[in-house]
Amino acid sequence: MKGSTTNAPVSAARRLRRWPARLDFLQSATGLALGLFMWVHMFFVATILLGKDVMWTVARMFEGYFIFGRPVYGLVSALVATIATLFVVHAALALRKFPANYRQYRTYRDHIKEMKHEDTTLWYWQVVTGFALFFLASVHLYIMLTRPDRIGPFESADRVWSDLMWPLYLVLLFAVEFHGGVGLYRLALKWGWFAGDGHDAAGTRRKLRFFKWALTGFFLVLGLLTLAAYMKIGIDHAPFYGQHYVPGAAATTGVTP
Amino acid sequence: MSSVTDSAPPKAAIPPADAPKRMLHFHVLRHDPQDPVSIPHFEVFELEEAPGMTLFIALNEIREKLDPSLAFDFVCRAGICGSCGMVVNGRPGLACRTLTQDLPAEISLAPLPAFELIADLSVNTGKWMRGMSERLETWVHSLGQEVDLARIEERMDPELADRIYELDRCIECGCCVAACGTARMREDFVGAVGLNKIARFALDPRDQRTDQDFYELVGNDDGVFGCMTLLGCHDVCPKQLPLQTQIAFLRRKMVKAGL
Ligand code: HEM
Ligand code: SF4
Ligand code: SF4
Ligand code: FES
Repeated sequence: MKGSTTNAPVSAARRLRRWPARLDFLQSATGLALGLFMWVHMFFVATILLGKDVMWTVARMFEGYFIFGRPVYGLVSALVATIATLFVVHAALALRKFPANYRQYRTYRDHIKEMKHEDTTLWYWQVVTGFALFFLASVHLYIMLTRPDRIGPFESADRVWSDLMWPLYLVLLFAVEFHGGVGLYRLALKWGWFAGDGHDAAGTRRKLRFFKWALTGFFLVLGLLTLAAYMKIGIDHAPFYGQHYVPGAAATTGVTP
Repeated sequence: MSSVTDSAPPKAAIPPADAPKRMLHFHVLRHDPQDPVSIPHFEVFELEEAPGMTLFIALNEIREKLDPSLAFDFVCRAGICGSCGMVVNGRPGLACRTLTQDLPAEISLAPLPAFELIADLSVNTGKWMRGMSERLETWVHSLGQEVDLARIEERMDPELADRIYELDRCIECGCCVAACGTARMREDFVGAVGLNKIARFALDPRDQRTDQDFYELVGNDDGVFGCMTLLGCHDVCPKQLPLQTQIAFLRRKMVKAGL
């Protein structure tokens, strides 16, 4: 019977003891979903670099415009609500890992200083950036949830520039890329992915670490370029704040007369 | 930045005989918790480096020539008994397996944290290990089977025997516990040493415990789910045990058992 799980009825106490496994799994599953979403999301947002029409098309696509012939903003809200739920579940589970009091915090800090060990230090920054995400990501999610009708080349650029969201997005970009990058790297190690037969664990770890930093670097550059693009459009469009984008019209400034 | 395999065994490159000798400064954390007036402080000892000198040799020389009251533990001097674990320049390691030539001239030595301090560099890892062993029941459970010493043992696949032996090489030095941020923050965490033992008994066909039984022991936040994959344990283990993969293996197994 070795190695098999039993199907016998389990006592209530035993059932209770199953929760740590579920919570651990859920934390990783939500982390994975959020981390992958973060990367995909960046590609969609960055379509502004390919032109306003491309970004406009992507935004309408999420509204089902090309299926229903009109924008269904509920679709966007539903997607945002799903991400927000994952986010809340993940944050609630991650709270279990935070240092519980000052003594634990102090011990960890001293431990980092003595050990000078990269993965130990990265965990601290993961907690710090995770904490920052509580606030930064919540603001962003709430706006997307409540104003799904205002996503587009001008609409988003107005929000970035005229509504003064760019400082928040700037900090959010660094926090989320760092946190998600380290998180996905740790996930792979935690569950032993890409480890092959386990004989070259050190080599796998070195490669994973390399990919993690490379991807974080790539997405930070892409994110900064994207943010700059929206800021530029936002500055140009500020006198016409609130005006919707109409594709095909006035490709240079985008200002419709 | 730390490298992944910074726990490589000492290499015995012998410097030329006419090489100028270094003066080493050992900054040793001194404290006697039994003595009410003792306060923890660093004391500096100066020694001339000798070829092939290990921390074991250096500490003995300090005790012989400079301060007979210095407390530290040694038994085997060969990385087998696990008694000489200490924090060397911030990182846990075995004093008998650490060559001074691999260290800078300023060397700080402190007792392993997370264990009860006996005095100076001597800590009670035995007490901690015993508590962990009792909690995790780290022995072969042959349920309901009479142990018959006259009977010939059942054959074991040599490949499996090797895998078990690989994990059995743990010397319970406690370095992995001292290097673990989780263990430092949360006293009840069983540490990589405990998780490795469970992984070892889970492999052993003579142990009849099921995954459910193991789940009862480590399927919680003081066990495998408490591990935050910081991998300090893996990087300092003086026996180079595959702790990273073993903990991941146990985590997958325990999640399956618990879902
Ligand atoms: C309120 C916001 C958040 C907080 C407080 C938070 C906190 C944490 C903490 C403390 C960990 C470490 C857990 C551990 O070591 O077991 C973690 C893991 C992780 N986080 Fe977050 N996080 C937040 C949001 C996010 C977001 C938005 C993403 C996606 C980009 C994300 C992706 C991940 C991933 C992939 C992991 C690894 C999961 C694991 O180790 O099991 N987190 N998070
Ligand atoms: S696992 Fe390694 S570091 Fe930990 S007690 Fe065993 S030998 Fe020492
Ligand atoms: S991998 Fe787990 S056991 Fe090892 S140092 Fe990290 S938290 Fe501790
Ligand atoms: S003295 Fe035995 S391991 Fe160092």
